[in-house]
Amino acid sequence: MTDLERKQDRAPVPSSWEYAPAPEARDLVQLRDRYGLFIGGDWIEPKETYETIDPSTEAPLAQVGQATPEEIDVAVKAARDAFENGWSTISPTERAKYLFRIARILQERSREFAVLESLNGGKPIRESRDVDLPLAAAHFFYYAGWADKLEYAFPNRKPRPLGVAGQIIPWNFPLLMLAWKIAPALAAGNTVVLKPAETTPLSALHFCDVLRQAELPPGVVNIVTGDGRAGAEIVKHPGVDKIAFTGSTDVGKAIQRELAGTGKRLTLELGGKAANVIFDDAALDQAVEGIVNGIYFNQGHVCCAGSRLLVQESIYEPVVEKLKRRLVTLRVGDPLDKNTDVGAINSRQQLDKIAELVAAGEEEGAEIYQPPCRLPEKGYWFVPTVFTNVAQSYRIAQEEIFGPVLSVLTFRTPDEAVEKANNTPYGLSAGVWTEKGSRILAMAQKLRAGVIWANTYNRFDPASPFGGYKESGFGREGGRHGLEPYLDFE
Amino acid sequence: MSRLPVKKTYKLYVGGEFPRSESGRTYEAQGANVARASRKDVRDAVRAARGALPKWAGMTAYNRGQVLYRIAEMMEARRSEFAELCSGAKEVDRAIDRFVWYAGWADKLGQILGSSNPVAGPYFNFTIPEPTGVVGVVAPDEPPLAGFVSRVAPAIVGGNATVVLASETSPLAAVELAEVLASSDVPGGVVNVLTGNRDELAPVLAGHMDVNALDIGGADGQSEELERLAADNVKRVVRGLPDAESPWEIASFLELKTVWHPIGV
Repeated sequence: MTDLERKQDRAPVPSSWEYAPAPEARDLVQLRDRYGLFIGGDWIEPKETYETIDPSTEAPLAQVGQATPEEIDVAVKAARDAFENGWSTISPTERAKYLFRIARILQERSREFAVLESLNGGKPIRESRDVDLPLAAAHFFYYAGWADKLEYAFPNRKPRPLGVAGQIIPWNFPLLMLAWKIAPALAAGNTVVLKPAETTPLSALHFCDVLRQAELPPGVVNIVTGDGRAGAEIVKHPGVDKIAFTGSTDVGKAIQRELAGTGKRLTLELGGKAANVIFDDAALDQAVEGIVNGIYFNQGHVCCAGSRLLVQESIYEPVVEKLKRRLVTLRVGDPLDKNTDVGAINSRQQLDKIAELVAAGEEEGAEIYQPPCRLPEKGYWFVPTVFTNVAQSYRIAQEEIFGPVLSVLTFRTPDEAVEKANNTPYGLSAGVWTEKGSRILAMAQKLRAGVIWANTYNRFDPASPFGGYKESGFGREGGRHGLEPYLDFE
Repeated sequence: MSRLPVKKTYKLYVGGEFPRSESGRTYEAQGANVARASRKDVRDAVRAARGALPKWAGMTAYNRGQVLYRIAEMMEARRSEFAELCSGAKEVDRAIDRFVWYAGWADKLGQILGSSNPVAGPYFNFTIPEPTGVVGVVAPDEPPLAGFVSRVAPAIVGGNATVVLASETSPLAAVELAEVLASSDVPGGVVNVLTGNRDELAPVLAGHMDVNALDIGGADGQSEELERLAADNVKRVVRGLPDAESPWEIASFLELKTVWHPIGV
């Protein structure tokens, strides 16, 4: 045993270690009591409203609109009007410049938005500050540059915009998903009606100020808030040319059914149950960090989360031991505290779903491990959880939990790993951990998933296409490929 | 005394073999009795396609291109037979040339449809097209041969396996083509050809949970129902053109995989 190994084998860091709280200043954000719907460049007073809360305290934050069918109709008409009267004919270089402006303003206001994102969504400030915001800005910057280069992206195809894009986004990365949707849509010359998720509307609503600051022409982007009913209205609206949806596979299927026979274009980015495959030659400590990042990042509210850990049998014991030890050091708590690793669960509803699936895992016979952890009394919380002794047939190995819950399975040969990894109706992402480059590529070839991470996990970049195989959806976001869903060709 | 001609029995083509419909049914088309496939025949064909997939998808692109070219060679030898079963010699020539054209795409797709992506980090990041899996094709009634080829060639050149519902009104060219496929180098199960009643069979194909993509180019009034069924397992739905050739026709039967490969020492 080397000296380094001896050191690593010491007892875990005691959980009683105290850190002084390091809260990010909440007053970076000026919340309004009430938000309207952003339609045609103006705030429209909504007919109905609901309360949006801070999931870490359950404290109300603001009243936001529950858009009615009539209001959705007004928003679609505003988008159509903006498309026909200016946006689709404006010089592409000017279009690019608006997007560059948006990127720059987001960078400038990133602290404010990071706080807002953590406040309304429950995610650790460290993540909203270091991941969500930089990536959102980068996405606008990346697609800005495409706006006047579409003919090079699609040579000989005469690309032209589709018209009005209806976009429905989830609550796990509210502003980042907004950027993934709006940036390519505008770069391609479309106008947008976007609905943020019911539980996380605030960053999208503050983003409307960014649009005004950037002097984007009215109606090019319209933001309407509300629950699934508002989303369904957007999907059904005959004035919408394209639907882009990110969310659950069940809702995605319902949308695909609803659009049958309409000729509307559709892209779906749905659920996942990704395998994270660790081979015996992997750098174990690095792999364990990757496993933790893969499933506990953003409380596991990640469609591409590495929720099934496939460990080669020969290293099962050290991996599980290191993993448990690492879990003890995860700090669960105040999302606005810069020390926090795992924040609040996004909603009561999601918390119930996680609890239900975890109970099913215990009942089916899996062995549960949860580190000692004191949770705040108010708000929605779930202790980071690892299940071992998981059979492939268990619900926790089949269904998307969308929470901080990892299921550990084992394999002996690479072929067995591939077979188990692919044994799911999903196919969004997968991870491979090995020091052997040729094995990385062999696995990458065989895993049926849209994104393969090797010796890393949950990494995103605006230049890198993202999207699923099978029931994880179709269409890509990011990269040159991400423009295609927003264009028509000859 | 004049010689009695030997007449052909028109059968299905499933898994590289020529079975009758398990239902024993036939229907009349183009003056011949043609097998009328059943729901079970559709399911058998899907199973055959799934079984053929790993080998076909795993072939080198160069090899797949040669196999497609071989189909064109074999068709050329039967030009006059084909001409009698479709609109005529022009359609046959177009169908043959279309296989040649698609054959040449096999080893170029990755270069046209893929990319390497400059990400902000120590990763070599690239995107490659891959077959989507089993593709259900509802071939158009017209043109019976060129329509079949226009829908099937782009699906198989990318490495997919297909289950094809042939033209209902003029199925004989498709059956003839199945005989060509059986005597060329296309592995059994890569193209499965079913003849019969489209209204009966297409919904089974559209709702089948082991079919990954659906081409409804020949579906006519049935499209809406088929699209709705396709949503059961989030199938990619392609509204294919009956008589077109384009690399984007191939692209619609492909998935894009993005790999983050670490760079380090």
